[in-house]
Amino acid sequence: MDFQVVVLAGGTSKKLVPLVSKEVPKALLPVANRPVLSYVLEQLELSNIKDLIVVVEGADAALCVGGWISAAYVDRLHVEVATVPEDVGTAGALRAIAHHLTAKDVLVVSGDLVSDVPPGAVTAAHRRHDAVVTAMICSVPVSGLSEAGSSGAKDKTKKPGRYNIIGMDPTKQFLLHIATGAELEKDTRIRKSILRAVGQMDIRADLMDAHMYAFNRSVLQEVLDQKDKFQSLKQDVLPYLVRSQLKSEILINGAPQGQQAKENGNDKVSYRILANASTPSFHELYALGPNGSAPVRRTHKCCVYIASNSKYCVRLNSIQAFMDINRDVIGEANHLSGYNFSAQNNIIHPSAELGSKTTVGPHCMLGEGSQMGDKCSVKRSVIGRHCRIGSNVKVVNSVVMNHVTIGDGCSIQGSVICSNAQLQERVALKDCQVGLGYVVSAGCEYKGESLARKEK
Amino acid sequence: MGAQKKRAAAAAAAARVSEDPDDLARQPLQAILLADSFTTKFRPITLERPKVLLPLVNVPMINYTLAWLEAAGVAEVFVFCCAHSKQVIDYLENSEWFSQPNFTVKTIESHNIISAGDALRLIYEQNVIHGDFVLISGDTVSNMSLTQALQEHKERKKKDNNAVMTMIIKKSKPSPITRQSRLGTDELFMAIDPNTKQLLYYEDKADHSKGTICLDKMLLAENPSISLHNDKQDCYIDICSPEVLSLFTDNFDYQHLRRHFVKGLLLDDIMGYKIFTHEIHSSYAARIDNYRSYDIVSKDIIQRWTYPYVPDVKFCGNRATKLERRGMYRALEIEQSRSAQVGSFTVIGYGTKIGSNSKISDSVIGEGCTIGSNVLIEGSYIWDNVIIEDGCELRHVIVCDGVIMKAGAVLKPGVVLSFKVVIGERFVVPAYSKVSLLQQPTVHDSDEELEYADNSSGTVEFSCTADQSNGEMTSESSEAHKPKLGTGGVGYIWSICEGGQEEEWRHSVAPIPEDKLTELSEAMDDDQELVTQDRTALSTSGELISDSNASEGDDNEDSKDDSVYFEKEVEATFLRAVEENVKVDHVILEVNSLRLSYNMTSADCAGAVFYSMMKLAIKTPHSSAIGLLTLYPSPFSMVASNAYPIYLSGELQQNTANIITTWQKLLKSYLLEIDEEIEIILKFEEMCLESAKEFSPLFARILHILYDKDILQEDAILRWADEKEGADESDKVFVRQSEKFIQWLREASEEED
Repeated sequence: MDFQVVVLAGGTSKKLVPLVSKEVPKALLPVANRPVLSYVLEQLELSNIKDLIVVVEGADAALCVGGWISAAYVDRLHVEVATVPEDVGTAGALRAIAHHLTAKDVLVVSGDLVSDVPPGAVTAAHRRHDAVVTAMICSVPVSGLSEAGSSGAKDKTKKPGRYNIIGMDPTKQFLLHIATGAELEKDTRIRKSILRAVGQMDIRADLMDAHMYAFNRSVLQEVLDQKDKFQSLKQDVLPYLVRSQLKSEILINGAPQGQQAKENGNDKVSYRILANASTPSFHELYALGPNGSAPVRRTHKCCVYIASNSKYCVRLNSIQAFMDINRDVIGEANHLSGYNFSAQNNIIHPSAELGSKTTVGPHCMLGEGSQMGDKCSVKRSVIGRHCRIGSNVKVVNSVVMNHVTIGDGCSIQGSVICSNAQLQERVALKDCQVGLGYVVSAGCEYKGESLARKEK
Repeated sequence: MGAQKKRAAAAAAAARVSEDPDDLARQPLQAILLADSFTTKFRPITLERPKVLLPLVNVPMINYTLAWLEAAGVAEVFVFCCAHSKQVIDYLENSEWFSQPNFTVKTIESHNIISAGDALRLIYEQNVIHGDFVLISGDTVSNMSLTQALQEHKERKKKDNNAVMTMIIKKSKPSPITRQSRLGTDELFMAIDPNTKQLLYYEDKADHSKGTICLDKMLLAENPSISLHNDKQDCYIDICSPEVLSLFTDNFDYQHLRRHFVKGLLLDDIMGYKIFTHEIHSSYAARIDNYRSYDIVSKDIIQRWTYPYVPDVKFCGNRATKLERRGMYRALEIEQSRSAQVGSFTVIGYGTKIGSNSKISDSVIGEGCTIGSNVLIEGSYIWDNVIIEDGCELRHVIVCDGVIMKAGAVLKPGVVLSFKVVIGERFVVPAYSKVSLLQQPTVHDSDEELEYADNSSGTVEFSCTADQSNGEMTSESSEAHKPKLGTGGVGYIWSICEGGQEEEWRHSVAPIPEDKLTELSEAMDDDQELVTQDRTALSTSGELISDSNASEGDDNEDSKDDSVYFEKEVEATFLRAVEENVKVDHVILEVNSLRLSYNMTSADCAGAVFYSMMKLAIKTPHSSAIGLLTLYPSPFSMVASNAYPIYLSGELQQNTANIITTWQKLLKSYLLEIDEEIEIILKFEEMCLESAKEFSPLFARILHILYDKDILQEDAILRWADEKEGADESDKVFVRQSEKFIQWLREASEEED
């Protein structure tokens, strides 16, 4: 397979503080008690892609991730872990590992993607059109459940879930326009030239870029070399390629365009034959001269692969997303978790101990060796390994990681408790995040706060 | 004839059968037919005959429209006549349209109307439209069935009272090179909601200088999915609710149906009126807007796309014509020499004579024409009673009634010969020229006005005089202008309007020449380049630079342009006021009106006024005495700039102080709140950094002056300082400079507390 796979595992994202720390980089955040990176790796494994490069920002994080991968996938995957400095951005990360890339095409996947879309489908779409880039597009996730929560309400007053504005041709194969980030707040400007070439453009505001791209390797490297200011694939490289598709500035060494470049009599004919093999796309038509003569303009193709609505596809890039994904993976999208659910639609590890009159509802997970006291109630939550939970504890819509101690009479709603944290008696938390090893003293009540140890 | 006609009607639309019987009974469908296009595209022909009566494949255009309306189930048509109304009414009275069962044609006449908007206002006043109606102009050829579109319109109307109009559109991709549709109309950009088919954006008079389409951000916030189309053609057939008429009355400045009415409704979000589209796929609809569409629609008719409205089917007043092989239509009593070759897709009218060895192809020849021998006619439209002598050549031309072409005359592609013109022997009429017996009107309305402000009373007069004085005119002009059209030629060659020369090929009947296409496609490359470049520039500024600048980049170019213009206008106003000693109150009035017309906030005004004042201060020669520094003794040490000798800055400061004193009232009238004051400080800062660096050493002092004059309150200054707290170092230069002053203000306010 002439595809190289790069997984961008990130480092310690600032957005996810206090969930992430030096010991727990983003890639290792647990989703249903498995590191989030494992979801990507497993999908790749399913597509029979076994050679991959995992790029991690920061040496500490790389050490953690590398250690985990070598332990978990020792005999299954051939993984190279590359370290890049922090804050180089996704484009910078690829620039740093450019010398490792040799295949014709490169599949770049974000390590925080939790999805059941087969990467093979994206690479197939990429190859079919011989595109320079193919982006996977999915529907905007329905953020929420905790709609009453602060973030949910805020989103609602704004525009609900707008991540990208994406323009496609009517066949939904080609990417014609993409707006991200700050551009979303502005009026959308669509270039007429591309509209003229394609005739009709469907603009969607309810789709988002899932950060899984297939690139033509030589194009990618050329763009990264020439545009040294580009930091992000999503915000710089992809929009640049989309923008310049009818006026390609890249010299492609690959087959079809190379032919176009050193055009002489024979090549012209073979190009024609190639183009006639299927209905020419608007790119090819546009490239032609005024009376259908040989191509006079250089174009390149940007394609999309749209994940169907039934597929699950969310990126773990905010605390809200972390909660949503944890909830979904043991709930609606439970096929992703790889666990077998019990008749009650939940997973309780055989070694977990439950006290009397303790109930664990559906869509819950209780990890290995965790103990719960009497009269507890767990609803739609994930509890990690070896947690010690006292009596009369309520856990609703929350994620409790490993080795957490929770005292009697605590009430936890919509919160995340990181590993080794300790909640003393009668703590009430609502919409809070408790950082690694933090101790919440008895009787405290918090709402919507982020509790973490002071950084050293 | 009768049987044929019935068949035609039945084939055109099985429409009425399926129509909801109740609905139809309650409200017979009405239509407004505008028998005037309010444009001048068909001049010079339309100076003598109204456009709707021009023959299209030997049948006056209006008959196609009326026949379609009848077949589509319209019960009552109001024909609105303006230019040459007499001719239209006479024609209709003599036609069979007034004697149809179940189909009433009424005429409304007016002479002082200059646009479709006025016409609809007049019709509203007459109070004759009672329900949904079809709005169409009399130059439309169609065979679509209205049933579905009407039904959709009614259903939408039931659900949403604001759905006032349904526009019929058809797929037709304009050429990316010429940027016009095959009908010769400008390319059209539309945004349509793919689910509801609501029209969200409409841009027809495409501004080629702008490389982008700007969709309002609210549009996408409300509709997650939008289809942008460049591949649709507006058929100019609209199904309207009665509200449309009252809307025209309410907005008395709506003139043009599309440019004003449609755009007005799309922009207006207060009333929330909505326009929807209905796309037709297999049926035909096209409007004859210019010579090119005349050519294309004629060819479509000959090739039977408009069935049943084709020459060999009798739909109204057309003479019996027989369809032969290869798309040849021949009327009766044609005298054709054996050696004459009549090629494919040609229509020959009743009683025409064709001489030997003549070749005719892809053309329409009217009734009673006489064509000599060795004549070549290609892709041309010859109307009635034309005499073409031996050896003439006509390629892609329009020749009106009664024209005489002397032997050997040649018409180059794109020529239009108006009524009764005579072309002299062996004369070659240059390409794209228009020849008429009437002289070209010299009055030129300015730019856009021309589009709809013409063809009115002036034209009517023109044609009257033409009719009366035809005899003398011909004799007179034949003498005066002999050399122009060769020996024995009669008529004037119209000079092509200024600026129009370039565009003449776009709308002519002749195909677009090859070299034009090449030229255009090269031009297209260039502007593509421009666009790409400027987009790249935009994106680098928009995305890569830190947040503080991003907010600035956020202003889109349009509003930036606007504000630049606004600033210039204010500056000009202000300078004029200074020169002419205009009273402050008057200046305020003027600036206010500018503000309204540019839709600016009072902060913008304050900024612009302040900007002009400071500009003036710089421009005023630094002549007055030295050392006026003492006049405004500043207790705060100033960072003296090396570049500016102290006395110079002193003068500048003095100038500034004087100007501020004189015009403080003007400035104050825009300083309603603290925000505006902050705006001024920010503006000043920007000036110091960019356009007027002279001020930079004086920043703190002038700030102080402004404070002394009560133009800026201390709150504003302090808030500005606070805002700057978090800014970059480079941004803080001026805060630093005025640090002491700010400090002093802070202390003062604390003392007060």
